[in-house]
Amino acid sequence: MSENKNASVTLNTIRSRVAGDWESLKQKTLITVGSATCGRAAGAVEVLESFRKEISRLQLDASVIEVGCMGHCYAEPMAVIYHPGFPGICYGYLDQGVASRLVQDFLVEGDPCVEFALAATGPNDYIPTFEDFPRGTVEQKHVMKHCGFIDPENIDHYLAVGGYQGLAAALSMSPDQVIAEVKSSGLRGRGGAGFPTGNKWELCGKAPEKTRYVICNADEGDPGAFMDRTLLESNPHLVVEGLAIAAYAAGASKAYFYIRAEYPLAVKRVAKALEQAAQCGILGQSVLGTDFSLEIEIFQGSGAFVCGEETALIASMEGRPGLPRHRPPFPSESGLNGKPTVIDNVKTLSHVPFITQKGSQWFRSMGTPGSPGTAIFALAGKLVNTGLTEVPIGTTLSRIIYDVGSGIAGNQTFKAVQIGGPSGGCLPKEVLDTPIDYDTLTRAGAMMGSGGMVVLDEHDCMVEIARFFLDFTQKESCGKCTFCRLGTKHMLGILERITKGQGKPDDIDLLLELAEDIKAGSLCGLGKTAPNPVVSTIKYFRHEYEAHINEKRCPSLMCKDLIAYYILPHKCERSCDACVGSCPVEAIYSDEDRIKVINQEKCVKCDSCMVACPPQYKAVVKVSPPDEVVRKEKVEQ
Amino acid sequence: MILTEEEIREAAEKTREITAGCDTARGSLIPVLQKIQDRLGYVPAPAMEEAARHFGIPAVDVYGIVTFYNQFRLTPPGRHRVKVCMGTACHMKGGNIIMESWERVLKIKVGETTPDREFSLERVACVGCCTMAPVLVKDETVIGKMTPTKVDGMLFSHQLANKKEGVPQ
Repeated sequence: MSENKNASVTLNTIRSRVAGDWESLKQKTLITVGSATCGRAAGAVEVLESFRKEISRLQLDASVIEVGCMGHCYAEPMAVIYHPGFPGICYGYLDQGVASRLVQDFLVEGDPCVEFALAATGPNDYIPTFEDFPRGTVEQKHVMKHCGFIDPENIDHYLAVGGYQGLAAALSMSPDQVIAEVKSSGLRGRGGAGFPTGNKWELCGKAPEKTRYVICNADEGDPGAFMDRTLLESNPHLVVEGLAIAAYAAGASKAYFYIRAEYPLAVKRVAKALEQAAQCGILGQSVLGTDFSLEIEIFQGSGAFVCGEETALIASMEGRPGLPRHRPPFPSESGLNGKPTVIDNVKTLSHVPFITQKGSQWFRSMGTPGSPGTAIFALAGKLVNTGLTEVPIGTTLSRIIYDVGSGIAGNQTFKAVQIGGPSGGCLPKEVLDTPIDYDTLTRAGAMMGSGGMVVLDEHDCMVEIARFFLDFTQKESCGKCTFCRLGTKHMLGILERITKGQGKPDDIDLLLELAEDIKAGSLCGLGKTAPNPVVSTIKYFRHEYEAHINEKRCPSLMCKDLIAYYILPHKCERSCDACVGSCPVEAIYSDEDRIKVINQEKCVKCDSCMVACPPQYKAVVKVSPPDEVVRKEKVEQ
Repeated sequence: MILTEEEIREAAEKTREITAGCDTARGSLIPVLQKIQDRLGYVPAPAMEEAARHFGIPAVDVYGIVTFYNQFRLTPPGRHRVKVCMGTACHMKGGNIIMESWERVLKIKVGETTPDREFSLERVACVGCCTMAPVLVKDETVIGKMTPTKVDGMLFSHQLANKKEGVPQ
C-alpha cells in the first residue's frame, strides 16, 4: 500500500532529525526532576531550582529538565542523575540541601551518594534497579514505561523513545484492519465499565453519518484515582497518539480532550503536546503525510463528577447541564451534536499505540483471557509506598498491596481496601488472594472503576467511609432520576444518624432495601453504583454497623460524635506542655499535680494534642463511647 | 452579596469583551463562562445576563449552567483562595480536621469569603495528590501533609508578610 510507506517514511524523517539531540543529551550529565502535580506538592520546584542554581554556580556542563511522575509518589521529590561513567541513579525524598549536595559530591567529586539513592535505572554491579525489588517482579510497565523519564513538554523525547510508531503502523492498515486488531486484542475500556473498545469503534465506523467525533475522557473525578492526571502530565503524547489512532479507525477528523478543570498542569501539557504534534506534521491536514486529517481540541470540564458518564459529558460539551440520557442510542451512533462519537478513557487510549505496533497477540499474552493487558492502579491510603503501578490484570490484591505498596504503614494491620472510588466497594482481607479483573471484582461487590485503591487500616471506620462516599455521590447526583436524587439523600441521612450514635435497629435492613431501589431506578452508572460502598461494607463489616447502632460505639475510634480524647494520667509527663500549646481552643489545663486534663466540653476533637504528645509518652488516647472518659477517671481515682 | 455599581459595570464590560470574539454556538457557552471566571474570579448576575444576550438564550439557562457545575462561583473570591481537598485519601487522613481548622481560624464556613475579602475557603473533590494526603491548595500551590498546627502557621506567616508590606490589618 502506498499509504503505508508514506506514514513510516515521514515518521522516520521526523525522527532522524531528533534522534541526534536525544543521544547528545545523554552524552553529558543530565538531571531529570519529577515535576508532576504530586512532585510539586512535595517541593519539586524548589529542588529543581537548587539543582539549576548550584550547577550554574559551579559552572558545570549539565542540563536539568523537568519530567513527569514515575509512580513512586511516596518518595517525591525525585530526580534521576545520568552522569557519564555511572548508571542513571534515581534519588528520592529530596530537598534543596540534598540537591545542592548531590551536585557538589556527585558531579564534582564523583561520589554518587548512594545513601540518598532509591535505585538505578539500568543494570550495574553496585546499585539495585527497580526491577530487583519485590515491586519489580509484579509490575509490567508499558503505558507508564516512559512516564518520569522523558520531558512531557518536548515531543523530541517521545519520538526518540519510539513514539508515534503505533500511529504510523495504524496508518499503514485500513481503518477496518485497525478495528479488527483492537477487537482481537480484547482491550476493554479502562474507565470502569470494561466495554470492549474495538466494538465501540466498529459501531461508530459503520455509522452512515460521515461527520464523526472521538473524545478522550479525562474527566477523572473519582476521589482516590489520579492515574489519568499522571499520564497526561508525564507523557501526553502517548495519549495524543492513542486518540489519533482511534480517530483514524472510527473515521473521525475531529477529536477532543475533555479534561477536568482541576488539572491545570495536565491541560497545559496536553495543549503543548498538541501544538508540537501539529508543527511536526503529526496532526493537522495530512497526518504523517497521508490523506487522513485530524484536528484535536481541548475542552475543559467544569467540575461535575457525573460528566465522566459519556452522555452527560456530551451534554456538557454542548453547553447544557451534564445530565445523562437514555442509551440506546449509544454515543457511537448519536453522540456530540447528534453525530456518531467514540468516547474512550485516557488509559484505554494509552494502550492502543502498543496494540497497533506490537499486535493483538502480544497484548493477549498479558492479563487474563477475559481481560487481557495491564491495568494501572493508584495506591493511596495507609500504605508504606503510595503511588501508581501498572500490573497485568489478574494480579492478586495482596501482591499489589504487599509487594508494590510494601504493606501497611506504621505497623498497623490491614483492614480493607476500597477499590473503584464512589462506585466501588470495600473488600476485606478474605478476598486479598483473588486475582483481580473486571468480573471477579464485580462478583466480590466492588468494581474496577478507574482503578483507585485506598487501603484502610484498623483506625478507619467502615461506616464512616460508606457515609463519606454516599455524601460524595449525593452531592454529585445530577438530580435527573428520583431514586438517585432522593434515595441517596435518604441513605446518607441514615448513615449520618448511625455515625452520630442515633442509629435504629432496623436501619441496616432499610439501607439494603434503599440500595436495591436506587440501583434499579437510576439511569446512569453514578446512580446504579452509588449504593456499592454501603452494600459492600454491610456485607463484610456488619458488626461495625451493629456496634454503632447498638452500643453507640465506634470500634475504629473515628466517628467524632462517638469518641472522646483522654489523657492517661499515669502516662502524662507533667513537665511537658506540648498538648496545652497545641490545643486551638484552650481545652487542656494542668491540674494541681501538673497532670494535663482535657475539658470535654471545650474540646473540638481536632486531634492536635494526640499529634503533639511526644511519642515516648503517648499519653493522649481516644476512647469510645465518650462516656468511657468518666469511667476511666473513676478508675484512676 | 451586594455588588457595587463599579463591580456591575466591570462585569458587564469584561463579559462583552470576552463574547465579542466568540461564536454563538451553544457549545461555546461553558468556555465563555470559564473565561469570565478567569477574568473576574466569579460569575456575577450581570455577566450571566450579558452572556445570555450573546447566545440568544434565556438568562435562567445560563444560571442553570453556572449553578450545576461546581467550578463556578457566584460570589467574589478572596485575595487568597484556600481549597481543602475532600477526596477519599484526604478524608481518611483527616481532611475534615483541616477544613474545621480553617473554619475556626478564619471564622467563616466553607464556601464563604472573609469580610475583608482576604481569604475564601472552598472544598475540592480531589486534586489527585492522594499520596500527600491531607492536601490543600492555596491559590495555585498544592500543599501536602497538612496538620491543624500547619494551618495556624500558614495564617501566621501570612499576617507577618502583610505586616512587613505594611498592609493594614
